[in-house]
Amino acid sequence: MILNSLILGSIPQLPLAHWIDNFVDWLVQFTGFFNAITNFIGSINNAFQWVFDLIPIWLFIVLVLALTFYVNRDKQNWGLLIFELLGLLMIWNLDFWRDMTQTLTLVLTSSLIALVIGIPLGILMAKSHTAEIILKPILDFMQTMPAFVYLIPAVALFGIGMVPGIVASVIFAMPPTVRMTNMGIREVPNELIEAADSFGSTEWQKLFKVELPLAKTSLMAGVNQSMMLSLSMVVIASMIGAMGLGTKVYFAVGRNDAGNGFAAGLAIVILAIILDRLTQSLTRSHRK
Amino acid sequence: MSTQKSTKVEVKNLTKIFGKHINKARELSRQGKDKTEILKETGATIGVDQASFKIYDGEIFVIMGLSGSGKSTLVRMINRLIEPTEGEVLIDGENLMKIDKKELREVRRKKMSMVFQNFGLLPNRTVLENTEYGLEIQGVDKTTREQKANEALETVGITGYNDEYPDQLSGGMQQRVGLARALANDPEILLMDEAFSALDPLNRTDMQDQLLDIQERLHKTIIFISHDLNEALKIGDRIMIMKDAKVIQTGTPEDILTHPANEYVEEFIENVDRSKVLTAGNVMIRPTIVNIEKAGPRLALKMMKDTEVSTAYVVDSRRNLLGIVDANDVIKLVRDKNGDLTSIVQTKVPTTSEDTPISDLMDDISQTGIPFAVINDKKQLLGIIVRGAVLGALAGNEVSDFE
Ligand SMILES: Nc1ncnc2c1ncn2[C@@H]1O[C@H](COP(=O)(O)OP(=O)(O)OP(=O)(O)O)[C@@H](O)[C@H]1O
Ligand SMILES: [Mg+2]
Repeated sequence: MILNSLILGSIPQLPLAHWIDNFVDWLVQFTGFFNAITNFIGSINNAFQWVFDLIPIWLFIVLVLALTFYVNRDKQNWGLLIFELLGLLMIWNLDFWRDMTQTLTLVLTSSLIALVIGIPLGILMAKSHTAEIILKPILDFMQTMPAFVYLIPAVALFGIGMVPGIVASVIFAMPPTVRMTNMGIREVPNELIEAADSFGSTEWQKLFKVELPLAKTSLMAGVNQSMMLSLSMVVIASMIGAMGLGTKVYFAVGRNDAGNGFAAGLAIVILAIILDRLTQSLTRSHRK
Repeated sequence: MSTQKSTKVEVKNLTKIFGKHINKARELSRQGKDKTEILKETGATIGVDQASFKIYDGEIFVIMGLSGSGKSTLVRMINRLIEPTEGEVLIDGENLMKIDKKELREVRRKKMSMVFQNFGLLPNRTVLENTEYGLEIQGVDKTTREQKANEALETVGITGYNDEYPDQLSGGMQQRVGLARALANDPEILLMDEAFSALDPLNRTDMQDQLLDIQERLHKTIIFISHDLNEALKIGDRIMIMKDAKVIQTGTPEDILTHPANEYVEEFIENVDRSKVLTAGNVMIRPTIVNIEKAGPRLALKMMKDTEVSTAYVVDSRRNLLGIVDANDVIKLVRDKNGDLTSIVQTKVPTTSEDTPISDLMDDISQTGIPFAVINDKKQLLGIIVRGAVLGALAGNEVSDFE
């Protein structure tokens, strides 16, 4: 103990926190830029929310069931259909419907952004050794850093509300998409790459006709994981004003209200299971 | 085979060194050190060492050698899937090393196609879509490419599988698709890297025959890699033997058998008395087959007329050999309006297995008039051995293929 404090005393402390503060302060001057991003993300979010508010609840449930029916058309999963029906009815009954759609909006928006950024990054990583070396530690960092920490700069740069919540979710949830895209492409058998090349494919043709189709299963598994991770962010995001089921849980914690806390938590679980099963069935290939 | 012998592909001093310290490795190689020493000293692997040879228009050129001798590396430098460390590849006199990426793509699209050991078919595409691939990336319109793909599939003898996926087909069928895909572009040169090595012996023999058959019609220049001497002797117009990244000998099968360049080749062909190397499977030809469960005398007679033979082989639906019928007997049946072949089937047919060396059959073949039937252990008829084919094969002529 004594030795420890002696050593600490004799070495000047690394001003790490100070540096990061400076960096964030420096970023804050680009207000225009961050405002533009805020507006952009905000409008995607609002578009989703607008649609969900427009659709009557019964229609929403029917659509979810129909979608499930469609993606499982090879082998129907009746248990899942019943679960979805009962689960969604329960969310409605518990009066969590709007919160659920807000959470869904947050998850969809951040997954969409994670996908749009993550897939190209994954491709880049698969194609370039340098990119892989640079990106790998960054991805590890993004995923292992406690998600709370992202809230602080997110608020500084994007204010409070849905958008900083989405940004934090994207950062936290994107790594699996990047990783699995990279892995899927790298795992395409060499002979198929050679086949594509030997027939004179351009790089783009090879990517779209051979690599991405063959990486599809892996890539979709990444998207599925990203979606689950962003769902796991909803409670944390609610601390900076992202509305939804997370808010209910967060408030319940503050009021020591186990009942409502669990009810909202259960709604999150139901949503998670539905999203998980849906994206998983999308992963399976359907042959004509 | 070809009389004019114009050069299609010329390879000059082609070298590939894998790894780091390439210059050092090259220097050591020039000093006469061998592959293992160089690997030990520099960590670099010599894949191919200063290979030079010519391939003539319209020939089947077989590259042979043990595993690791550099065959795959060499063939991949011919279409630059692997960039050579140095040396030249001339196609119709044009130096492939001097052209840019775009021109290289054109060469790959139009001039040469490749067939792969494990078929290299895209699992997410149907047979037809796979066959169309080469044309699709050239931007050929849907109808044209479908038509050309269908033609190619017909050439290799698979019709009716267009909408199947590769994993629904047997290995032999998949490789036919691989071949069809390569042919669909109508290339001048086919590169085949151990294209038949993954197939079982029966399928392999069949594919070899089919390749010879196709070659008879299309006259491509085929560069075929193999590590199977029988295969090389059977399909090669000329054979090149490689060892430890170096070309050891190039010549016709006869040349190689009669004048091996050194002890290594000698060992390789290990006192090849052709009759010992050649097995029944190598010299068998396709008989006229009558399925007794489907065909009556009229059909049998027509088939015999079409193929100009006087004896047909009778099998059941599982291709099990039942016996033979003679044309005269069949004609009698037709005249008597008797619809059943059973009464005239002669069951006494000499049979042998596919891997029996010809030398064991020689005496019997020269004595009996009836050809040997080659059957597998399930008693299914694979082919027959006629005297002419055996003698031809022993004399070094190519065995007439399944015709
Ligand atoms: N990408 C590579 N990197 C390093 N060494 C390689 C590479 N490709 C091939 N080699 C080496 O080059 C040599 C020739 O390999 P190649 O694949 O051409 O042999 P091969 O004759 O085709 O053998 P096989 O019959 O096993 O296919 C081998 O020693 C191999 O280890
Ligand atoms: Mg090889």
